[in-house]
Amino acid sequence: MAKIIIHQENIKNPEELVDVCPFNAIEYTNEYLSINAACKMCKICVKKYPDVFEYVEEEQPQVDKSAWRGIAVYADHVEGDIHPVTFELLGKAREMAAKIGHPIYCLMMGDHISDKAEELRHYGADKIFVYDKPELKDFRIEPYTAVFEDFINKVRPSIVLVGGTTVGRSLAPRTAARFRTGLTADCTILDVQDNTDLDQIRPAFGGNIMAHIHTPNHRPQFATVRYKIFDAPERTENPSGELVIEDIPSQRLKSRIRVLEVRKKDKVQSIEDAEVIVVAGKGVKKEADLSMIRELADRLGGMMATTRPLIEAGWTDPRTQIGLSGRTVKPKLIITCGVSGSVQFVAGMNNSENIIAINTDPKATIFDIAHYAIIGDIYEVIPALLKNLPAPEGQTHKGDPS
Amino acid sequence: MNILVCIKQVPGTTEVDLDEKTGVLKRDGIDSKMNPYDLYAIETALKIRETQGGKIKVLSMGPPQAAQVIREAYMMGVDEGALLTDPKFAGADVLATAYTLSQGIRKMGDFDLLLCGKMTTDGDTAQVGPEIAEFLQIPHVSNVRKILSMDEKAITVEMDMPETVEIQEVLFPCLITVEKDIYTPRLPSFKLKLKTQTKEIPHITLQDLEDQDIYHYGLNGSPTQVLKIFPPPKKEVSEVWTGTGEELARRLAEKLKELKFIRE
Repeated sequence: MAKIIIHQENIKNPEELVDVCPFNAIEYTNEYLSINAACKMCKICVKKYPDVFEYVEEEQPQVDKSAWRGIAVYADHVEGDIHPVTFELLGKAREMAAKIGHPIYCLMMGDHISDKAEELRHYGADKIFVYDKPELKDFRIEPYTAVFEDFINKVRPSIVLVGGTTVGRSLAPRTAARFRTGLTADCTILDVQDNTDLDQIRPAFGGNIMAHIHTPNHRPQFATVRYKIFDAPERTENPSGELVIEDIPSQRLKSRIRVLEVRKKDKVQSIEDAEVIVVAGKGVKKEADLSMIRELADRLGGMMATTRPLIEAGWTDPRTQIGLSGRTVKPKLIITCGVSGSVQFVAGMNNSENIIAINTDPKATIFDIAHYAIIGDIYEVIPALLKNLPAPEGQTHKGDPS
Repeated sequence: MNILVCIKQVPGTTEVDLDEKTGVLKRDGIDSKMNPYDLYAIETALKIRETQGGKIKVLSMGPPQAAQVIREAYMMGVDEGALLTDPKFAGADVLATAYTLSQGIRKMGDFDLLLCGKMTTDGDTAQVGPEIAEFLQIPHVSNVRKILSMDEKAITVEMDMPETVEIQEVLFPCLITVEKDIYTPRLPSFKLKLKTQTKEIPHITLQDLEDQDIYHYGLNGSPTQVLKIFPPPKKEVSEVWTGTGEELARRLAEKLKELKFIRE
């Protein structure tokens, strides 16, 4: 087992030692230093004061990594229409599979989808496993997990990639837990080591920090990735790869859930599809001032989006939120107005083609990733900019979908 | 109707920074609060109790000071609470956290409905709820935006999907994670605060749990390990502009023309 041992005899100034922990997990009581349950095992204390804190790890039985081969991608779809995040993941899988010489697998489940699965043959999967059963018509967690489990037991992939969609974020953790293995949600960078360990990088602790995560002794290694984080590969003209039709006994697809109805929602324009986005951040002082941001978005033929504080204040529709807890976007142009640039926000827009940031604070972290860092007050720049832009063409409103 | 709500204490601020020289996390202030998404889960439980009767319990996991969020739940009207706390739980990832909570839930007695918030604001993963349901071998529904009806056997909910709304009827016992805005959370009541300020918050430690294998908890029970933490890569800032609002606006308009986002 791994733990941090404290060498009490080497303690010189306990207050300093208590302060080193960002999670307040080090306590000093009755002249005794101890670590409490708040410890995140970040090992900062070990790095800073190696004579006092020692990290010890005992040998554990090792998983046989060679018994797990292949990179599997879950094909997310709505009634057979494959979600584009699936292609993005297949592209990443291909990149990684080339490094370690593993095959690429794809898993698709649903009802009457076998012909739709053909499309996956244009994106480089070696084998596409299809489970086509009436019980899988609508998403219900138990039958979907049962199929995923069956697939993993048959194929034994080393890595499983799932899109961070509504279904993916419910299905991936449930399946990972069934295999008692690790899952890293919302990875923004993925790579693979020669020993097949998956490098999973994501923003962590809700703050301005990235964490590099490994699953060193468990297989398969699960990761979810949001839509628009990776690039989709070109669709190949000629299909390749093999379609494998699988079956699973119906009694294994029993469920305590009954789907009574599936209602189509009104189609709203989504910020993920916008080519131009203007973002309102905390620098917008009151709700009424959103109109100037919205007008700028309208004049540029784009959409307005927002950050978490504004959603929490209830000013805008949650569907317009950019960031890890909102949507990921990759527009041609994004203008952030009074946005400070937390990691969780940046993770949702960092791949945009042109990033223009307006903020009064020259130290704002948004400027670390902006192509054009405009140090100025949005209350001065935007009204003046609106005057400098050509008059609006017609009055089509393309603002937020509220 | 017995309802159990899982809640978490999160940092009051998301302004965490990394000192690039020392590699040390800087956390300004030590303010903590209840994960805002959990307030919706508690409110959902309170609303259900109003019509169905029964009891609401809350369970949290964390250091002893996390008891504060249970106190807050008492002030909102929750009947009972407990805190899973033990240094052996430290360093838990999603799997170990969900497993520890599932073990704690078994200690809390029988329940019909388990409620979780949609996600936490410090982890942002939204994965613990589904994993708890797996460990308890009960069905779960995520992203519930509305409760349509319920009786003693089942609950009918609206699950929010990107393009559709799926109406699911789920048999008890089950777990649901609720969306923000399912109901408006009530504020803690002063009257309840006075009434509950001495109400105890029992601790549940490893030795109270059914499974006491330390390899299932904390860092040892966590398949994922943080190799390192680092500040996000900086992009080469191509240009930094300063000047008056007027000057900046003019320059920006020129740039937008140059990039062909506005016509000449």
